[in-house]
Amino acid sequence: MRRKFLTAAVAASLVAASGAAQAFCGFYVGKADASLFNEASKVVMVRDGDRTVVNMLNDYQGAPTEFALVVPVPVVLQKEDVKTPLRAVFDRIDAYSAPRLAEYYDPNPCHPQYPRSMAAPAAAQKSIGRAMAEDRAEALGVRVEAQYTVGPYDIVILSAEQSDGLETWLHENGYRIPAGAAQALAPYIRQGMKFFVAKVNLEEHAKSGANFLAPLQFSFRSEKFMLPIRLGMINARGPQDLVLWVLSRKGRVETTNYRTVKLPANVNLPPYVKFDKDHSFARFYSAMFDEQAKREDYRVVFTEYFWDMSWCDPCAANPLSAQELANLGVEGLRGDTRRGARVMLTRLHVRYTPETFPEDLVFQETGDRHNWQTRYVLRHPAKFDLEDCPNRAHAERYLAQLRHRREREAQTLATLTGWDVDAIRDKASSAPDEAAQPIAPGAPQGAADSPLARLWRWLQDDGAQP
Amino acid sequence: MRRQALAGGHTAGAHPAQRARPPLRARLAALVRCDARLYQVVFLALLLGTGVLLRDFSLQPAQVALTFAAGIATQLFWVRRLGLSGVGVLSALITCFGLSVLLRADSLWVHPLAAAACLSAKFVLRVNGKHLFNPGNLGVVLGVLLLPGAWVSPGQWGSDLLIACWVIALGGAVAGRARSINLSLAFLAFFLGAYALRIVWLGQSWSVFAHLLQNGALLMFAFFMISDPMTAPNRNATRLLYAACVAALAFVWQFGLFMQNGPIWALFLCAPLVPLFDRLWPGERPVWRREAATARALRPGPAR
Repeated sequence: MRRKFLTAAVAASLVAASGAAQAFCGFYVGKADASLFNEASKVVMVRDGDRTVVNMLNDYQGAPTEFALVVPVPVVLQKEDVKTPLRAVFDRIDAYSAPRLAEYYDPNPCHPQYPRSMAAPAAAQKSIGRAMAEDRAEALGVRVEAQYTVGPYDIVILSAEQSDGLETWLHENGYRIPAGAAQALAPYIRQGMKFFVAKVNLEEHAKSGANFLAPLQFSFRSEKFMLPIRLGMINARGPQDLVLWVLSRKGRVETTNYRTVKLPANVNLPPYVKFDKDHSFARFYSAMFDEQAKREDYRVVFTEYFWDMSWCDPCAANPLSAQELANLGVEGLRGDTRRGARVMLTRLHVRYTPETFPEDLVFQETGDRHNWQTRYVLRHPAKFDLEDCPNRAHAERYLAQLRHRREREAQTLATLTGWDVDAIRDKASSAPDEAAQPIAPGAPQGAADSPLARLWRWLQDDGAQP
Repeated sequence: MRRQALAGGHTAGAHPAQRARPPLRARLAALVRCDARLYQVVFLALLLGTGVLLRDFSLQPAQVALTFAAGIATQLFWVRRLGLSGVGVLSALITCFGLSVLLRADSLWVHPLAAAACLSAKFVLRVNGKHLFNPGNLGVVLGVLLLPGAWVSPGQWGSDLLIACWVIALGGAVAGRARSINLSLAFLAFFLGAYALRIVWLGQSWSVFAHLLQNGALLMFAFFMISDPMTAPNRNATRLLYAACVAALAFVWQFGLFMQNGPIWALFLCAPLVPLFDRLWPGERPVWRREAATARALRPGPAR
């Protein structure tokens, strides 16, 4: 996992070296992708009117024979409704929407410069006793609505009358579902929902030669805009992570039965984060998410990204092509998304426990079209020699401001991650390009998160992140 | 106290503060005591402040300012044009607070437009001397229905028990003074009752019920929208029937049709039932106490 991140960061640095992003006065230098979060479920949803497409990525590591997936769905799915999208598209959408780090360089205060135009655009980048089986299913109150093989999966769509019967049927038919599933299945049966059940067809899986399980995609039409998460909580130990990408037409998607909040972002971090191993950007993001989730008592859904999918600024990766979007189930795009219909991407990240998320996630598409991203900024101080400075007064003012800024950056990093502020100060002052200016001990202790500070920021800013 | 406010139109003239012309301080105290809407304004201001400080409300300060500017201007325009006396801006303030708390938009013009439209409707769409729609409710519905880039975020309150308790406690006090606690409680009883039955039927755990109960948006609706005596039936018995209708429609909307913000849409769709109920079962029309006093002192014209 760690190596993967480093590779991504190095690749990104090479990209950055080849040019800067358009309309963005800095360089994109790294990202924190979803692979940071161990065992995070990854789901890409497409919602257009009453049409929903659900893409599920399997991070299942065990033997294929042991694998079983049971997902409640509102309607009976036919073979043409089920597909296996490309695994690579998940990595692409993850990379495109990943939290990002941007860096700026302070202008030399000895030679004040007037704003220049922005940099150039980036080159960024079955069969024994079938009748008997049917009788048995009928006796258990389970009905096989449809049955087919898609890619490496044998898929069965079931409807049931009793949760006990369904649990028994699943066990008898070789699905390894956790004990005590009946209680979790009951609410879905009462609501008349069907069950999408998949297991691996060993022959097909062997033929494909893949050493991982292909993602699954299914689509249906229903007013219900929700994601069932409760079934996955049976036997859950500790908090679980879900990273969810929702592609929609109108605007940002949020949950209606849980609070949806934006993660703290668009703040300055100490520049040493770029080089430090212990406090790397990936570790910062991971620690920051842990801290924020804990602070909210695992009761909220975090927004990590919301953007019009035809562009990005700065780009962590290129937007998805029309073909890639089509692979995820987006319909009605003709050729280039830039000229075609718009697709908005909302990236949500949830850390939930069975106690704090007693219900499935219910969503709504809002009218919000303000692009938003988890972007963190490094501002490198200017390098100059004070003795040779022709504009000494200006340079001294700059140095005084710089000391305050560095203390604020250290405080911000400590507040967001829960890391020790003294350790941060030490690292900041011993970082290579920072050594010249130690942090003033008497600098303001402007902790970033008191209610008054929030109110002040709310009044100053556009209100997007109070 | 509550009894007096209830019969405002008839007992207000006998209020000691009016007759003896005591000093300003005493008159202000009397004003604070007798107009339930002052409490509502203070409470809603607290609610909005809490939301902005402790919750991610995605609300811009300019949106709040524009809502109030447009709302108050619209109220003053209609008061002047219709030559009404004894009508202040208190109810317009309540509407503006309601819109700020509930309506979300990604532009600056949605809030003032919704405020101007719903407060105008209050003076134009009137049946039997009462306005047809609760202005806050109408503003939210018009915004979401007609204006692009507007939405309601029902989940933004989260489920903090503490906040819910505050809303119940303070909201209860406010609604009590507004004589409509029965309407609020009846709605909550019907809606939550139906929800509890659904939980039993589905075999869900009771934490699902607690999750809904702690939803500030539902309580905000119950204590500040449906409880408006000006848009509720006049008789106590018909109020219960009305609350049942709104609760039933809200429940079907949300859990049968799987659409969002059931209570808000249900109140909007049930509003035309109020004149019908008042015609079938006539009762005494409610009057805000302060307005009743002023109207009686000056002339027996329309109170609002």
